[in-house]
Amino acid sequence: MTGAGTSVDCDVHAQVPNIGALLPYFDDYWREMIEVRGIEGFELVNYPPSSPLTCRPDWRGEDGTNGGDAAMAARHVLDERGVDIAIVNCLYGVQAIHDDYMAAAFAKAINDWLADKWLAQEPRFRASIVVPAQNPALAVAEIERRAGDPRFVQVLLLASGDLPLGRNVYWPIFEAAERHGLPIGIHAGSAYRNALTCNGWPSYHVEAYVDLTHALQGQVASLVTHGVFKKFPALKVVLVESGVSWLPAFLWRLSKFWHGVRIEAPWIDRPPAEIVREHFRLTLQPFDAPPSASIVQKVVEHVGSEDILLYASDYPHWHFDGDQTLPDGISELLRKKIYSANPLSTYRKIGEMS
Amino acid sequence: MTTDVRTPNRPSAAGSSTVARAAQERYKVIDSDLHPSARSLEDLKPFLSKRWWDHLQTYGYRSRQGLYQGQVYPKAAPFAHRRDAIPPEGGFGGSNLEFMRSQYLDACNIEVAIMSPLNFTGQGDDNHELSAALARAINEWQVECWTRLEPRLRASIVVPYEDTALSVEEIERWAEHPHFAQILLLTRTSEPLGRRRFWPIYEAAQKHGLPVGIHVFGASGHPTSPAGWPSYYMEDMTSHAAACQGMLASFALEGVFERFPGLKIINIEGGFAWLPAFEWRLDKHWERMRGEVPHLKRPPSEYLREGLRISTQPFEEPENPKHLIDIFEWIGYDRLLFATDYPHWDFDDPATTLPRQIGPERMQQILSGNARKLYRLG
Repeated sequence: MTGAGTSVDCDVHAQVPNIGALLPYFDDYWREMIEVRGIEGFELVNYPPSSPLTCRPDWRGEDGTNGGDAAMAARHVLDERGVDIAIVNCLYGVQAIHDDYMAAAFAKAINDWLADKWLAQEPRFRASIVVPAQNPALAVAEIERRAGDPRFVQVLLLASGDLPLGRNVYWPIFEAAERHGLPIGIHAGSAYRNALTCNGWPSYHVEAYVDLTHALQGQVASLVTHGVFKKFPALKVVLVESGVSWLPAFLWRLSKFWHGVRIEAPWIDRPPAEIVREHFRLTLQPFDAPPSASIVQKVVEHVGSEDILLYASDYPHWHFDGDQTLPDGISELLRKKIYSANPLSTYRKIGEMS
Repeated sequence: MTTDVRTPNRPSAAGSSTVARAAQERYKVIDSDLHPSARSLEDLKPFLSKRWWDHLQTYGYRSRQGLYQGQVYPKAAPFAHRRDAIPPEGGFGGSNLEFMRSQYLDACNIEVAIMSPLNFTGQGDDNHELSAALARAINEWQVECWTRLEPRLRASIVVPYEDTALSVEEIERWAEHPHFAQILLLTRTSEPLGRRRFWPIYEAAQKHGLPVGIHVFGASGHPTSPAGWPSYYMEDMTSHAAACQGMLASFALEGVFERFPGLKIINIEGGFAWLPAFEWRLDKHWERMRGEVPHLKRPPSEYLREGLRISTQPFEEPENPKHLIDIFEWIGYDRLLFATDYPHWDFDDPATTLPRQIGPERMQQILSGNARKLYRLG
């Protein structure tokens, strides 16, 4: 249906229905802790369960979850759209927990639950490895535990955690990801360690959502200026649910200041815009532009590369109505790349498996 | 190594061609961002009470950054100045009126320059009373040492913005003084500027018909990126655009313009190319979640379309200069104000910065027409 070869939806969300669903995937200690301490589960405040953002009305599951189970998600994102493969990102509050070990136990439980209830149920699904980024050593251990499974194709991080991701405390995560051919997916969202804007905390949910691009911008700047791609030249980073259209102006600005003050980071030996176009990818949806084909066309031109946009529905988040996932204004040729060639060259494990 | 940011297709002021010089003479320039500086704190002594002078000698400034002396992101040049803007006797660029006249006011064909003092102003200091005393001193200093001596200069009412009541007091002190063109805030405030605690400032601004200029920098106490504190100056510089976006989202979504429809705000020194994508995002997600902000009667970008002006510096440098024209079209030529940022290193020269293909009418509009209307310069 997409007419593009193996097509991939690079951002589909699985919601954990309740803490009970995860219990089988903990050891005895953590099962007891969850019960004794009355832990009801962890959902990120960025996506309040009933917000119109969090779920399109016709995508609410019969089980009360946003998006339903694997079968329902497969129907909507694969069957109805003629898409072949989808990458499941579970946004759970793992990254917001302050206890590193609890976060690690939850990350493991989420990944095992995903393997069991999503990947084993639907062979066309792939998943991202949820990791406790709070503690890079534990994050690496979780990557090692899952990287051998060909169905796990990415490492998932949140846009705002403790420190900017370029800092070398995080490099073991990138080392493991590069070694296993796993891109790093940085998903919009915050662990609320840092105020959502540098001017403090916004008043509204919609404001907080609009402001989520700031952390993504900060991560791009951080990864580039710290020289992460000099150290890990094969590493790819996918900005997931980023909004996309902020990228060109951001790159002009970053490149301009690099040009002006590059004496402080002499290891960056070419314009940041070039580094970003080589190493970063962005999922479509939401695509922050008005419904105007000519504007969309220009934004895509400003982005400056046909290789970096990846198809995504962001199911079940509500960014568009009806069946048209891609905005008007994208050429037929680019459309094919977005659906297939770009995802396949980003997620090499998908091609190796199929 | 040079700190010149210009790409080869953007000749610097020093090497500008005769064509550019000739073009410059055709256009009058109203600069919406000039930075005058005291030579040292001594210059402010006549305008400070003994109590605050002694306080400063003993305890100094305490803004929300970890250093008593120095910058947590050291600049790439002393004081972030153009190296040639240091006056002959040394010290801060912008601290010698005579030198400023020859290097900048005359050379750049400046009709009027709006001063945004940044040094010694105490904005954002955690001691709000000190911040108020310094704001008052800086405001008197602007009149006594600058605008009285040079008719091309206009002052900004510097306010201790973390304390709204003291800020309103300072606005009332100067609002009817003809040398003051705007109220000056910084972007990095402890809370987003749209929040209600700041509204009396906007009420006073509207009452007196004064625009509110909001200049980048300040020390909010929050990481300059919500990704966490960056390590490098270039990250810090880049992050100003996000600070502006957060500030403007707050203005739009809190309904500040619904409450103060006559208010005009100016985003200063944050660049401008990010504005269209930001406004698209704002509208798109407002459309989905408008139930949360029923006080808005229109899409948020419409309020910004009327209430927001944006200064052009540091000027954007896309790889393909044609993309700049798209950005201008999306923003609207009537919202752009030219700014030089003299004497700082990323100074934009009015003779060479704007792309010629927008035509003389729009050149003049951005270089002075929009500012003349906004600041009511007649």
